[in-house]
Amino acid sequence: MKITFPHMGNTYITAKAMLDDLGLDYVIPPSNSRMTLELGTKYAPELACLPLKINIGNYLQAYEQGADTIIITGGCGPCRFGYYCEMHREILKDLGCDMEIITLEWPDKGLPEFLRRIKKLAGSINPLKLAKVIKNVTQVALQVDELERLTFRTRPREMEKGSTDKIYKAFHKKVLEASGSREIKQVIRETAKQLSSIALDEEKKPLKVGIVGEIYTTIDSHTNFEIEALLGNMGIEVHRAVTVSGWIVEHMLKKALNIPRDMRYAEAAKPYLGKMIGGHAQETIGNTVLYARQGFDGVIQIYPLTCMPEIVAESILPAIERDYGIPILTLIIDEMTGEAGYLTRVEAFADLLKRRRERPSIGKDWALSGS
Amino acid sequence: MSKKVGIPRALFYYQYIPLWRTFFEELGAEIVVSDYTSKRILDDGVKSCVDEACLPIKLFHGHVLNLKDRVDYLFIPRFTSVSKNEYICPKFGGLPDMVRHTFKGLPEIIDTEINLRKSAKNALEAALDIGSRFTGSRMAIKRAFHKAQKDYLRFRQMLKEGKLPEDFCGREKQRPLVRQAGNRMLNIAVIGHVYNLYDSYINMELLDKLRNNGVNIITIDMIDEEIINEKCSTLPKRMFWNFGRKAIGSVMHILDRDDIDGVIYLMSFGCGIDSFICDLAERKVRRESNIPFIVLTIDEHSGEAGMNTRIEAFLDMIRWRHKDENNISAYG
Repeated sequence: MKITFPHMGNTYITAKAMLDDLGLDYVIPPSNSRMTLELGTKYAPELACLPLKINIGNYLQAYEQGADTIIITGGCGPCRFGYYCEMHREILKDLGCDMEIITLEWPDKGLPEFLRRIKKLAGSINPLKLAKVIKNVTQVALQVDELERLTFRTRPREMEKGSTDKIYKAFHKKVLEASGSREIKQVIRETAKQLSSIALDEEKKPLKVGIVGEIYTTIDSHTNFEIEALLGNMGIEVHRAVTVSGWIVEHMLKKALNIPRDMRYAEAAKPYLGKMIGGHAQETIGNTVLYARQGFDGVIQIYPLTCMPEIVAESILPAIERDYGIPILTLIIDEMTGEAGYLTRVEAFADLLKRRRERPSIGKDWALSGS
Repeated sequence: MSKKVGIPRALFYYQYIPLWRTFFEELGAEIVVSDYTSKRILDDGVKSCVDEACLPIKLFHGHVLNLKDRVDYLFIPRFTSVSKNEYICPKFGGLPDMVRHTFKGLPEIIDTEINLRKSAKNALEAALDIGSRFTGSRMAIKRAFHKAQKDYLRFRQMLKEGKLPEDFCGREKQRPLVRQAGNRMLNIAVIGHVYNLYDSYINMELLDKLRNNGVNIITIDMIDEEIINEKCSTLPKRMFWNFGRKAIGSVMHILDRDDIDGVIYLMSFGCGIDSFICDLAERKVRRESNIPFIVLTIDEHSGEAGMNTRIEAFLDMIRWRHKDENNISAYG
């Protein structure tokens, strides 16, 4: 059995740590590229959302390298992601790709079915060891996100442009060579040290932009044309509330252990979107409000074309824009998105934010709408 | 003077109107339904709604605009789920918020949440909440709700017998089935959301066109719920969308029948659920049968001529198949 999994930003590091620790044989698909997307677009339904297409591309590329089993997470709606596993199964079946899909989710048939899936994956495993693996893997996820946050801070402030990107790029190479959560954590520590030693302009007060939207497109840097590095190198500090570790801790661990979750965003979203409607719509709305209250200069929403929950969010965002006087830019991504047009919009938005700060006296009456 | 409740003639109007109508009228409210979909309403909707939304949602915005200045209340309940353990499209859940933040100067919106995911009893809870705006008597609301439910069940029964909502919602038409000389009647299943299927403006009178071409129409509403559930229980993962379950179950049932000549899947551009269900349905039909299958996608730019051409070509192909002993490609 050779396992593979779909890419989503830095999740591969967490997945790698887990599979290494469990001692399983696996293939990491080549990182997302134009090729991945083209493969996926060819075989996936035209109107499916972008992540599904990229996933298919990942599987086909991993299949070429000998993978025969896919692990993904699932859900039970109303967002389409919950039915990804079945779509993947059907598409691969019609392609004659003989791959098994194991969905890590709480099945309708309850605990026995879940244990059967785990057993299929990991053989008979000591529950104590499993708990330890979960703990270590969660730590890896948390530390990777911590590291990423560090790059958000250093990029706009670095004295020598490009130093952060250089270190961060090298990190992705090194982490692939490490094996198991212990070695990976070591690499993360070393990288964090390197990042902290970059000479920074501490006087600088960079513009701050919050990134909100659908989880895949905001997290996966290939899909969003490395928006965080892009803004960072323009001298803008970014923040993104939705992270992989956040998802693991809030949605999986806290739910499983019945610990109350951090619901600040839901509270903030209440006047605009009263209920959870699936996907990350409520997070998008809530975090936008929180960013506005924290004095961020702007917010960028990113989502894949036809994403149902984010469309609802997008139509509500102008109300927040109006109420708080914070510019919001919506970027929608699909396989046809051209990089040049995308860059132009981001640059124009960054210019608008700069101008607003330079002219505080008329700032509020200035053109707001970035979408 | 009785209060006027505005109901946009869009989305779940086509599924629940008898229920809503009886309920509000029993409580002494006056019902105002927006006008039939027209170019104007569609254009208004497209202009006011975000570009990325699907056609039915845009259309809904148009209907709200059509109503908003002539009613005391707008009835836009927050539909989270209409059946146990199942969801509907997330856009329904956010609809009252979408509308509220799009238009200015709206009358009060009745945005009670309707969530039957945990238990069907929640429907009565929702009814009590909605009704409290019109009367203080819980008994009166309960009575109105039970009467409305009865009318609703009668409506479902009529749909099952092959009547269309328009046939008994004030726009009665003579709809004779036209038999074409020398041709036998075709049985064609038309799969699609109620609000695409039963809004004859938006689907460019698809159903009438089929009927006039000698076609017997079979819709999801005509297929027994039990058959659908039995078929769906064989799926590897439970379908968690209400429409998805009904559509996939119907398609699987159609594959068992030998009297179906073709399947038309009517989807609207940008519909998240259709993008999956349509693909799953198509794969099943292609894999397990040689029933002709066509997808008709509608959006605000659809041209009627193109639609006609596709329907005619599809029907011609089926008829030639019968005449020429199946030597024509199934993939229209």
